[in-house]
Amino acid sequence: MDLNTLTAQDLLKKLDSKEISAQDILRSLEKSIKAQDTKFKAYVRTQDFHLPQQSIDYSKTTLKGIPVAIKDNICTEGFNTECCSKILEGFHPPYDATVVRKLKDAGAFIFPYKTNMDEFAFGSSTENSCFGPTRNPHNPECVPGGSSGGSAAAVASHQAIWALGSDTGGSIRQPAAFCGVVGLKPTYGLVSRYGLIAFASSLDQIGPITKDVSDCALLLSIIAGRDELDSTSVGSKGCDYSAYLEKDIKGMRIGIPREYFVEGIGPEVKKAVLDAIKVLEKLGAKCREVSLPHTEYAVPVYYIIATAEASSNLARFDGVQYGLREKAKDIIAMYKKTRDLGFGQEAKRRILLGTFALSHGYYDAYYLKATRVRNLIYQDFINVFKDCDCIVTPTTPTPAFKIGEKTGDPLKMYLSDIFTISVNLAGIPAISIPCGRTEKGLPIGLQILSRHFGEGDLLRLAYAYEQNKP
Amino acid sequence: MAITKETVEYVAHLARIELQPKELDKLSEQLKQILGFIDTLKKIEAAKIPPILNLSQDTNVKRGDTPRNSLLTDKALENSPSKEGKFFVVPKIIE
Repeated sequence: MDLNTLTAQDLLKKLDSKEISAQDILRSLEKSIKAQDTKFKAYVRTQDFHLPQQSIDYSKTTLKGIPVAIKDNICTEGFNTECCSKILEGFHPPYDATVVRKLKDAGAFIFPYKTNMDEFAFGSSTENSCFGPTRNPHNPECVPGGSSGGSAAAVASHQAIWALGSDTGGSIRQPAAFCGVVGLKPTYGLVSRYGLIAFASSLDQIGPITKDVSDCALLLSIIAGRDELDSTSVGSKGCDYSAYLEKDIKGMRIGIPREYFVEGIGPEVKKAVLDAIKVLEKLGAKCREVSLPHTEYAVPVYYIIATAEASSNLARFDGVQYGLREKAKDIIAMYKKTRDLGFGQEAKRRILLGTFALSHGYYDAYYLKATRVRNLIYQDFINVFKDCDCIVTPTTPTPAFKIGEKTGDPLKMYLSDIFTISVNLAGIPAISIPCGRTEKGLPIGLQILSRHFGEGDLLRLAYAYEQNKP
Repeated sequence: MAITKETVEYVAHLARIELQPKELDKLSEQLKQILGFIDTLKKIEAAKIPPILNLSQDTNVKRGDTPRNSLLTDKALENSPSKEGKFFVVPKIIE
C-alpha cells in the first residue's frame, strides 16, 4: 500500500515498529505530488523547493517525522509565506508561527511547499489565488472550496498526510466538505494565531484538515493551548483530545436548527444530512429541533465585520517593510500604486467595503449595527447550548460548484458560506466530516457545532458517526 | 442608501488604493449590490443590544517585565524592498 494514502495514526504505528522510516513517507508524497501537481495545484511554488534527502533523527518525538502541509498564510521561517498575493511576493518570514513551532517541537516535518489559498483567505473557492486556482480532486471541473482549498485538496488527493488551514468564515470546514475530508475550526482562543497573517482578528482561527477524526484529534492536541505571544489565546497547556474518541454517544443531546433546512439547500445534501442524523439517533443520541432565529443576519453581519477588520489588518501592506513596492515620486502615490498592483479584485473589494463600513458617517449604521446583531447571533447559540451538547447541520447548502460559476457575482459567492459563518461570529468550535456523496460523486459534509471549548464533545460525536456510518 | 461612485473614490483614497476608471465603475456597481444585500440588517432593531467587538474573555492581558530575545534588526529588515543600514527607505515625506 502507498504510504501517502495512510492516516498519520497508521503511519505512527508503522514508524514505531520500524517497518518504515520518515523518509519513506516523504518519498511517497513526493511521487504523489509529482503526478498530480499540474492537475490540481494544491501547492504553490513546488518548483522552487526540494524535499530533503536526509531526515534528522525523529525517533524520540511524538510525530516521528510525519510531514504536515501548511497554508500559505501561516509563517514558516525561511520558506515562502505569501498569502497567495502579489503584494507579499517573495516574503520569507523571519520567524515561525507558534503552531509551526509546536509541530516542529512535536517532531513533525514541515513541508516546504505551502498550500494554495484565496488571496489573504478572501474567498470560498481558491479561485482568488495569484498562482491560479486549485481544482477539486473528486472532479477537476469543480472548485475545492476555500479559502483553505489547497490544504483540503492536498489531503483528499493524498499529496499530504494532513494539513493546517485557517477559518474566518468557513475556510477550513467548507473546503473539507467539498473535498470529502475532515476539517475543524477550534473555539476562538484555543489555538494561537501568532504568525498567522491576520484577516479578521475577532474571527480567525487555525485548525486541522485531516483524513479522519482520529488524526484531527491528534493534530488539534498538538497545536492547542495558551501562547503568551497571542493575548487572545486562552487555557493552560491544551489537552489530549484523543481521549474523547469513544463510540458511545448514548444520551448526547443534539439540536437540529430548523433555519438550516430551508429553501436553497440541495436535495441530495438535505437527504445525506438527515440520514446521518438517523445514524446518530440509532447510536442513542437524543435529537430534537431547535431554533437559531437570527441565522438570516449572519452573512450580512459577517461581511461588515470581517471586511472592516480586514481593511485595518491589510493596512500594513504598504510597500515599506516587505513584499512588492511600486516606484512613485511621493509616499502616498507609492502606497496607492503598490496596493493597486499588489492586491487582486476580491482583496480590493473587501478593503473598500470595510473602509466604507468604518468611515465617518457610516460607522454607526454599518459597523456598530453589525457588532450588535452579532451579539444576537451569539446569544442564539448560548440559548441552544443550555439544553444541547451539540448542533448538527449541513456544512454547505450545495456540493462543490463549477470553477468560474460564481466568480462574476461576489454576492452569490458570499452566500455559499451561509452555514459556516455564524460559528465564527459566535466563536464556538465546529467540525465538518464526510457524510456521503451525490449521485455524481461529489462529497457532502456534515457539520457538528458545540459550545465554547466543547471540542471534546464535538470530536466524540464526529468519531461515533465516522465509525458507524453506512 | 445607495453608495455612489464618488463615495467609492473617496473610500479608495482613504484605503490608499489607486483605482483605474474601469475598475472604479465595476467595483462601485458591485459594492452597491453587496450593500443592498447588507441592508437586510435594517429589518432588525438592535439599538439596545451591547456590541460584541471581541470574543476574548480576557482584558488587559499582562506578562512579567522580564527581558527576552526579540527579532534582530537585520532579520527584520531582510524582506524590505529598500533599506539602508538600520533603516527602511521610503520616498521623501517632508518637503
